Amino acid sequence: MKWRWPRISLTQKHNLYGYLWISPFIVGFILFFFAPMLQAFRFAVSELSFTPDGYALKYVGLKNFEYALTVDPEFNQHFVETIVSILVNIPAVILFSFFVATLLNQSFRGRTIARAIFFLPVVLTAGVLHELEVEDLMYLTTQDKDKVMLSAAVVREFLLDMSLPKAIIDYVIIAASSIPQIIEYSAIPILIFLAGLQSVPSDLYECAKIEGATGWEIFWKVTFPLVSPLLLTNVVFITIYSFTAPGNTLVSYISSLAWGRGIFGVSVAMSLMYFLAIGVILLIISFVVGRSVVYME
Amino acid sequence: MNVFLKTRLAEISWSIVRGVLIVGLCFLIVHPVLVKVFTTIMTETDIFDRTVQWVPRNFSLSRVIKHYAEVMQNMDYWRSTLNSVVFSLVISVCQLLSCTIIGYGFARFDFKGKGLLFALVIFTLLVPPQMIVIPLFLNFRYFDFFGLLKGGGYNLIGTYWPFLLTALTGTGARNGLFIFIARQHFRGMPRALEESAYIDGASQFRAFWEIMLPCATPIMLVIFLFSFVWQWNDVFYTGIFMRGGMPLLPFSLRNLMSKYHWSISAEYKTIVNNTGMVLFLVPILLFYVFLQRYFVESVERTGIVG
Repeated sequence: MKWRWPRISLTQKHNLYGYLWISPFIVGFILFFFAPMLQAFRFAVSELSFTPDGYALKYVGLKNFEYALTVDPEFNQHFVETIVSILVNIPAVILFSFFVATLLNQSFRGRTIARAIFFLPVVLTAGVLHELEVEDLMYLTTQDKDKVMLSAAVVREFLLDMSLPKAIIDYVIIAASSIPQIIEYSAIPILIFLAGLQSVPSDLYECAKIEGATGWEIFWKVTFPLVSPLLLTNVVFITIYSFTAPGNTLVSYISSLAWGRGIFGVSVAMSLMYFLAIGVILLIISFVVGRSVVYME
Repeated sequence: MNVFLKTRLAEISWSIVRGVLIVGLCFLIVHPVLVKVFTTIMTETDIFDRTVQWVPRNFSLSRVIKHYAEVMQNMDYWRSTLNSVVFSLVISVCQLLSCTIIGYGFARFDFKGKGLLFALVIFTLLVPPQMIVIPLFLNFRYFDFFGLLKGGGYNLIGTYWPFLLTALTGTGARNGLFIFIARQHFRGMPRALEESAYIDGASQFRAFWEIMLPCATPIMLVIFLFSFVWQWNDVFYTGIFMRGGMPLLPFSLRNLMSKYHWSISAEYKTIVNNTGMVLFLVPILLFYVFLQRYFVESVERTGIVG
């Protein structure tokens, strides 16, 4: 039989064009992502040195990882600190942004201005500002750590007297002292929650009111389940954002090793470990939160 | 008390609590900016003086203006700002175009491996930039078209090229997010729109350009706004790929102190730094003030919700 071109339907032909539309991304991914990642793996197990007309790599096995974990004085500390502070921040940021979104959803005078102000941190967080602020005299005087520590101790005593579990008290104190950071991270989650709250059909609320539900019940039975998909989105978003946000000590340490001291191999090895940590944490979190999300079908 | 009075009282007390909360939180957010602005109108002696917190004792407008002019001079303000504006504009427009095109591809076409490729898009968001930035830097430093060009290679550091290349391929900073947003939006639009165009004989690209894109203007605005702000504030990627290139505003701010003698007092230093910071914030704040309405409404339109 004579060989013919395989016949494809019009729909299939149409769909093949999809590859054309996506092609810039495929090209870009291979060139600017995949290849660098492979190279990063190579760098992590070698030592980089510059030669007159390029660079040279010397294979050193797992020595870079060994160096990072055992010899380097600050890495372990920064690593644990950063990861712990991110994990601590996530619930605080979620609670705070949900609360603020609920507030901003109600109608009151000056609501537009309030919304505009809450979104300001996105525009104000520039890496440069943070760098300069840390050594700036005025900024430090406004922080006034001693006052904060003192009042924190007083509040802690008060809460202890109320015989709340100690872990929760500690958590609340830590969260309260990093309020500026929480506010900064909440800007976009607030918007996402706000959008979600606004998409809840109002007839559900009417129904609930007619049936005689209290505000508390309405919140837990109507608002919360419908907004829960966004909870997952926000948790994932906050986690990703805080891992690469400016002001992250581990990130700046890794950069300083590469550009400041010139030991590229160790720097890449560290960021590899960091990436693995992020991946694992993200998987665990999205799995845990994803189980309890309600989807409207 | 009858029910009506009770509910009215509850409403009013809630309004008060809410008002206090909102005003308090807004103050927390705006406070740093206010501190910066007020620091710039003080003199050295005012900062020494602990009783002065907001309003300086000896305020003279001409001195403040002269001070600002001097800092602007040292920061090369007008040139850096112009550079930043042009740079951010060009790059965000490129990112906008490529991300909408790629997002449209993912939304409207059903080809093998689509799920995997989209997972790769999300993957680009997860990888910490530190990991790939070193190989990328070396790539751009000794750029030889990936082995096709022999002999040394070009140095692309300090030019627009690294940014253009990553922007046009949808692999720049946080472009994965933009692609995601674009895809969600296009998915929500009825197919009848393009189908009517196809019936009338339009090509795929024409249907996209003349019908889908105008419908997607809100989304394009969102992507453009976020991309512009992030590109403007970025010191990470620009710090690595723009070294030795044209001066950009964040770097002019960083280098401000180097123009001053090392022996000036910490108080004077703080005035200078804060002036620089205020000058740095002004353009982006103006931008935000005029367009904040679109920012705030924007997320509702991304289709991430519902």
